[in-house]
Amino acid sequence: MKDRSGNSPPGSGCGQTPALSIRNLHKSYGNVEALRDVSFEIHPGEFFGLLGPNGAGKTTLINIVTGLARRSSGDVSVFGHDVVQDYRTTRRMIGAVPQELVYDHFFSVRRTLVIHAGYFGVLNPGPRVEELLDRLELRPHENKTVMQLSGGMKRRLLIAKALVHRPPMLILDEPTAGVDINFRLSLWELLRETNAQGTTILLTTHYIDEAEELCERIGIINHGKFVALDRTQNLVRRLNEKKVTLVPQQPITALPASLTDLNATLEDGGRRIILHINHNTADLNDILRRMADTGVPLIDFRVEEADLEDVFIHLTAGRGSEKSATGKRAGKQPATPLQPDRA
Amino acid sequence: MMLLTIPFRTLVGREVQRFWLVATQTLLAPAMSATLYLFIFGYSLGSRFPDIHGYPYIQFMVPGLITMGLINNSFQNTASSLLIAKYEGSIVDILTAPISYVEMTLAFALGGMIRGLGVGALVLVVSRFFTPMPLAHGLYLLTLVIFASFSFSLLGFLASIWAERFDDMAMLSTFLLLPLTYLGGVFYSLDILPPFWRKVSLFNPLLYMIDGTRYGFLGVSDVNPVFSLALILAVAGILFTTAVLVLKSGYRLRK
Repeated sequence: MKDRSGNSPPGSGCGQTPALSIRNLHKSYGNVEALRDVSFEIHPGEFFGLLGPNGAGKTTLINIVTGLARRSSGDVSVFGHDVVQDYRTTRRMIGAVPQELVYDHFFSVRRTLVIHAGYFGVLNPGPRVEELLDRLELRPHENKTVMQLSGGMKRRLLIAKALVHRPPMLILDEPTAGVDINFRLSLWELLRETNAQGTTILLTTHYIDEAEELCERIGIINHGKFVALDRTQNLVRRLNEKKVTLVPQQPITALPASLTDLNATLEDGGRRIILHINHNTADLNDILRRMADTGVPLIDFRVEEADLEDVFIHLTAGRGSEKSATGKRAGKQPATPLQPDRA
Repeated sequence: MMLLTIPFRTLVGREVQRFWLVATQTLLAPAMSATLYLFIFGYSLGSRFPDIHGYPYIQFMVPGLITMGLINNSFQNTASSLLIAKYEGSIVDILTAPISYVEMTLAFALGGMIRGLGVGALVLVVSRFFTPMPLAHGLYLLTLVIFASFSFSLLGFLASIWAERFDDMAMLSTFLLLPLTYLGGVFYSLDILPPFWRKVSLFNPLLYMIDGTRYGFLGVSDVNPVFSLALILAVAGILFTTAVLVLKSGYRLRK
């Protein structure tokens, strides 16, 4: 089967060819190293998340893949084609949603989609444009110029543009930044559907729950270097930590002395006692026994698995990173750095 | 064939639609300016000037006005299109599209040429209300205006890549393009200048475009018309090669 441009569809007949392969990628801006020896692969059909604090190098990496930035050294290929030597082939395979709300103010929403399809060689874009106008709920705005759209609608248009040529790889750079919860949920559904149809997706986001919800594998990048790369569940498991919350019947003024050697903290004005325990070695009976000895009655007792946000904070804390978008507290004790897998 | 690719045709179409949507500003305004020049300098004052190269002043002036509209609008089209795209960020749509550097250069240039030649044709139509215009060397004229328009489209393209602010572009237009145009012989013949300024004028490339156009219409010229055409072809070739190389280098477009 051939596509409109006569190329074989990516993934068909390419066996193990990765959708995206990055090897020893370096990028410098003068003396600043934006990416440092980054290597990873994304498999065809995979939903991959790229996390990292602001300035970590996520957008630089995406820009190199899409052609907006030039690599300093290293190899980057999309479905086996080098992004510089064979740029026309790789760009045809990519649909990119930029982080910024960029638009061409001269044209209507419909015209914008038709023009964008033409840039990517789509001969008859009409049916696809109609489909996307409905799917992204842009139909009521189809004849408006882009300047007349709200921020959320502009974001929808950017996504429709990225999808209009049915690319085998979709790259989204923080697509849900500044949109309402309804759009966020409908976008999740659209992305799941698009991924189920075989499209490889690379998503960067500040919303860690978004990555945890959608992505099969996640890479965490900090200061231009990968600090973790694994399946989402494995990443969480590798943190090896659980959070224990003890809720006293009445707020207490001081932490019971018997809990101090467990590194417990008193939070929320004495309403909660928090402990972080080792997943494998902690003795919950011992904690409850010590609590009972204090004579403070408890009304609740919760044990929570670490989530991706804990992993993110754990890996980026103390390295000049910001707190995560959902505002969880940073400051856990750093553990042995996780090594990225090179699968 | 490269020129038939859908991305190329789309980009040319986009460039044409862009100026067509604001035709009052991009087509009618320059035609209006030319009309005023014709009325004031040609119709009202022209009769007080002696014939130049055997032609009434208004006839002598028309080829200059056509060239002025042609090159200004070819330049402005590419310059404003690319600079606005840079400013709004929509340039990423083109930079991430599967369009070759040659295609991108030619598509932008073609957009500029269509507007420039359109304005030139409008000025010619308007001038017919004031004076009939002979056509002495049609093929020469057609070749010359096509490559003059191509050159200035490319110049606008390069200028917009270089410019980081609208002020940069205004500086180029006001302090370089405008004086070169007015001092290139739109309203006068080199013969009326003192010898020193005549020699200085020979370094103005716009002189050859205006003089060549005049030769195409009237069959008279201040400089050798073959040299004018050869120079314009050479300039077009140099600018095209430069534009493709600059685009390929990513200068001020890719990080």
